[in-house]
Amino acid sequence: MAAHRCCFPVWLFILCSFSLFIIAGSQETTVAPEQHASVLDNPQTAAETAEQTAGESGGVEERRWEGTEVRDAAAQKQAEPAVLQPTPQPKDDFQEELVVRPLHSGDIYASFQFRTLWETDFMRGNKVSHYRLFPKSLGQVISKFSVRELHISFTQGYWRTMQWGQPYLPSPPGAELWVWFQDSVTDVDATWKELTNVLSGIFCASLNFIDSTNTVQPSASFKPLGIGNVTDHRFLRYATLPREIVCTENLTPWKKLLPCGSKAGLAVLLKSEKLFHSSFHSQAVHIRPVCQDWQCKTTSWELRQTLNVVFDLHNSGQGKREWSLFKMFSRTLTEACPLASSSKIYIDITDNPEGEQFELSPATSLLSQAMVLGDRRTFSVYDLTQQDTFGSVRSLNLLIRWKSTEGDMLRPLLHAERYVAGYGLQTGEIHTLMYNHHPYRSFPVLLLDSVPWYLRLYIHTLTVTSKGKDNKPSYIHYQPSKDRVRPHLLEMLVQLPPNSVTEVTVQFERALLKWTEYTPDPNHGFYVGSSVISSLVPSTVAMDTNSTRERPLFSSFFPCKEESSYFVRVYTEPLLVNLPTPDFSMPYNVICLTCTVVAVGYGSLYNLLTRSFQIEEPSPGLAKRIANVIRKMRGVPPL
Amino acid sequence: MSGLPGFLIDDRLHFPSCPSQGGQRFLVEMAAPLTLLLVLAVTIRAALFRSSLAELIAERVEVVSPITAWKRVVEGLALLDLGVSPYSGDVFHELADVITAVALYMAVKDYNKQVFRKQKFALEADRYPLDCLELIRSPKEMYYIPLKVAMFYLLNPFTILSCVAKSTCGLNNAVVALFIFSTIKGNTLLSAIFLCLATYQSIYPLTLCAPAMLYLMQRQYIPVNFRRASFWWFIAQYLFMYLGSLFVLICLSFFLLGSWDYMPSVYGFILSVPDLTPNIGLFWYFFAEMFEHFRLFFLCVFQINVFFYTIPLSVKLKEHPVFLIFMQLAVISIFKSYPTVGDIALYMAFLPVWSHLYRFLRNTFLVSCVLLACSTLFPVLWHLWIYAGSANSNFYYAITLLFNVAQILLVSDYFYAFLRREHHLTYGLYLKRKDGSEATLVLK
Repeated sequence: MAAHRCCFPVWLFILCSFSLFIIAGSQETTVAPEQHASVLDNPQTAAETAEQTAGESGGVEERRWEGTEVRDAAAQKQAEPAVLQPTPQPKDDFQEELVVRPLHSGDIYASFQFRTLWETDFMRGNKVSHYRLFPKSLGQVISKFSVRELHISFTQGYWRTMQWGQPYLPSPPGAELWVWFQDSVTDVDATWKELTNVLSGIFCASLNFIDSTNTVQPSASFKPLGIGNVTDHRFLRYATLPREIVCTENLTPWKKLLPCGSKAGLAVLLKSEKLFHSSFHSQAVHIRPVCQDWQCKTTSWELRQTLNVVFDLHNSGQGKREWSLFKMFSRTLTEACPLASSSKIYIDITDNPEGEQFELSPATSLLSQAMVLGDRRTFSVYDLTQQDTFGSVRSLNLLIRWKSTEGDMLRPLLHAERYVAGYGLQTGEIHTLMYNHHPYRSFPVLLLDSVPWYLRLYIHTLTVTSKGKDNKPSYIHYQPSKDRVRPHLLEMLVQLPPNSVTEVTVQFERALLKWTEYTPDPNHGFYVGSSVISSLVPSTVAMDTNSTRERPLFSSFFPCKEESSYFVRVYTEPLLVNLPTPDFSMPYNVICLTCTVVAVGYGSLYNLLTRSFQIEEPSPGLAKRIANVIRKMRGVPPL
Repeated sequence: MSGLPGFLIDDRLHFPSCPSQGGQRFLVEMAAPLTLLLVLAVTIRAALFRSSLAELIAERVEVVSPITAWKRVVEGLALLDLGVSPYSGDVFHELADVITAVALYMAVKDYNKQVFRKQKFALEADRYPLDCLELIRSPKEMYYIPLKVAMFYLLNPFTILSCVAKSTCGLNNAVVALFIFSTIKGNTLLSAIFLCLATYQSIYPLTLCAPAMLYLMQRQYIPVNFRRASFWWFIAQYLFMYLGSLFVLICLSFFLLGSWDYMPSVYGFILSVPDLTPNIGLFWYFFAEMFEHFRLFFLCVFQINVFFYTIPLSVKLKEHPVFLIFMQLAVISIFKSYPTVGDIALYMAFLPVWSHLYRFLRNTFLVSCVLLACSTLFPVLWHLWIYAGSANSNFYYAITLLFNVAQILLVSDYFYAFLRREHHLTYGLYLKRKDGSEATLVLK
């Protein structure tokens, strides 16, 4: 009987497991060919597009020139919507690249960019549930919070513009987050709060410390970089956490978003013990909608993961100025990410056309030219999807050996710095210096300052001077702070005269906070986030009228539009400001002492109010009183 | 009556209580020193304004608080219209001080006349014990009191500092002085309007409502009796004028600003004390160090403390509303959330009015020493904490505590002396015990 009873569940179990097996098998068979096809297709299509663009742009150039996409697309999108090359049948596409720029200070700047494009619509009613290259965690964030654009960066160290030039992707020290929401979002603040908490979990960062006291809505400085023409800044939120420290725990989740993880491709190089042993480290995630083709019929989502590092090899290299991939990352490259449609390494050799400054090995014949930050740069290109790049040893270890130590860099046209003036803990003055190094062109810049409420700005003390004269900003957007609610926001449009320094000063007063509002190390000071300076800077190429570069004469008379100016965002140093502190060990004492004083006031008034004057009758002594009690008992009249 | 000196009866020779005869001469006699005083005071201020000290003083936390800082007024104007050149307001502030001084001068002069008249009636009615002659005030000593009041206000270093710092406290003081003046002159409507203006600026002068009503009733011979209809009728009248003008003001500011935002940002700011910038009061350090759980509780306790004394004091001092005004001003300036030295200067200006209480004061020496020492230590310890970094906040806090204890002692001492003199005026100055020996008075 018992055996019979057991029999039925066993059969049921076998049936169930069998059906599961069939379903799983069918899924496998449906997915596998597609993957296979994409891996096979992509190199070919990438090569095709490369050829196509090369044919378009470099008709006059030699054959070894290869056309590249505009690298500073992020910057140029400020002015116009993104236009990208057509992508083939699979609706998603992954590209990876590494740009290495030897800096004049002897440091090495390495910039990784990983781009995932996906033609899908997160905002539709039907839920996107099948993810291939695009990370699911971010896709869900986009659809749940109706995000239109998301830009997040984590930076350790400060980018030294005057020594290193402009970075490809600027970012302020600490964490920076700015998000454009869809205009369907009704309660932007609540969504923003929730989003920061979710992102804090995804990136293992303290983004949950973003609240209304460090969030602002810039009116002009941060325009959407993707397509879409909604510029109502009610849907924009911008926050920085200058105190945020970036480390391995932020890098690991960032690497997990990559399709190949850190298993293959360029991401193999991202070893945290080397990356964080550097002068500057910045990792970022940018999500935005972009056009699928240049007619912009369909849109797709672009996820751009970037990582910028500056290695100080000059110090660690024992006086020898040479570096290699192995020396920088303690890894060499053996393959491209199999899922990537393109995987390339670019070495900036603009300053080294004849090889007199440094020697690059292994040599490559592939060269590429691009307009980067208003300057025409030449790059050596290593295509990792080609097997012959790796040579006979099946591994690529790029090596640069410096020959000469001197070299001059073109000064960046726009540069800014900031400091706090004054002494004592009562008042102070913020000085922002903006340098325009252009010899004859003036250009306008947008300055954005977000100052926490505990530095009370006095906007009537705002002065803007350049060349010793008052320089009245043509646009000022100022939002005063509210204690413990929102920060000061100061945005202004200032015209920088050619070859000048413009100084913006504003006075502030330091507040005394409640003892619970101080950070655990209050005497270290409080950070004030970087000012953001956004500008369209006249291009250096346009400046350079008697170009000796090989350019056809007919192309160089009038400066063409995309070359005449380019978008630059410069971040100043964050400020560290000391505030007066109470004595943290004294709360009980203070409560007791102040209450005592109030009680003294109360007591003396109470005394005078309730009592009346009477003649003091001296009270008899103790002995007399006892005697009187005894006499009373005896029935004798008292003394 | 026969034993009384002649001057107490024939006051007209010495004390011009009757304006019809004495007024003209009085104007000539008194206007000159007052004008001199005014000129001197304005000169001092003008000199300080032009000196480099002005900016230093304007930054002093003892002199300006977040709600009275001129810097914030200018900031507000600049915010109203970005690019407006800030109005330079030194003349404006000197004017406020002069108005305060003149109003106080006139008020005290009028009050003294009434005190004298009252005293004369009491003497004629033989209400004072015979040995109290020493306590009776002579017109000779009362003659210079109004001038002294003006001098105490105008030449008080606290007032000068507060004026040079362009603290709006001077304006508040002017409004309160005008309120006192119109109350003493017996103008009910003006009194209500000025009181409402003062309340509108900062909530605390609300407590001055009680002395004003008491005084006006006394002047109109309305007995303070809860069973009388005339008493209630007068209170209703006054409150109607007061609340009516307050309503008009609030509506006016609503229409000017177009929103109710100013209510929480002005009154909420005063009541919930969000700005903990150090000042001479008790609030800043207490609430900087307060545990978050108890913040609201202590906030309520401390704020109620200011209003709490109004009713018992009015009951005790219902015959002496002007002294009640003085007590209220002192209590406000000690226990308000953002006190400055300008507030102290206002009630200190009244000290000459009570000069006849000097003989009953118990700790004048101690209090004056502490006040002087604290006033000099404030900037010293502030410098050590904020600039030199060799002291911490506790040093400055200790001085504020001491300063407030001294103020409390001063006020309670005056209160004690006033009550004691009243007691002596009823029971005689040289009291004897039952056994005939000399008695000592105690509070029981």
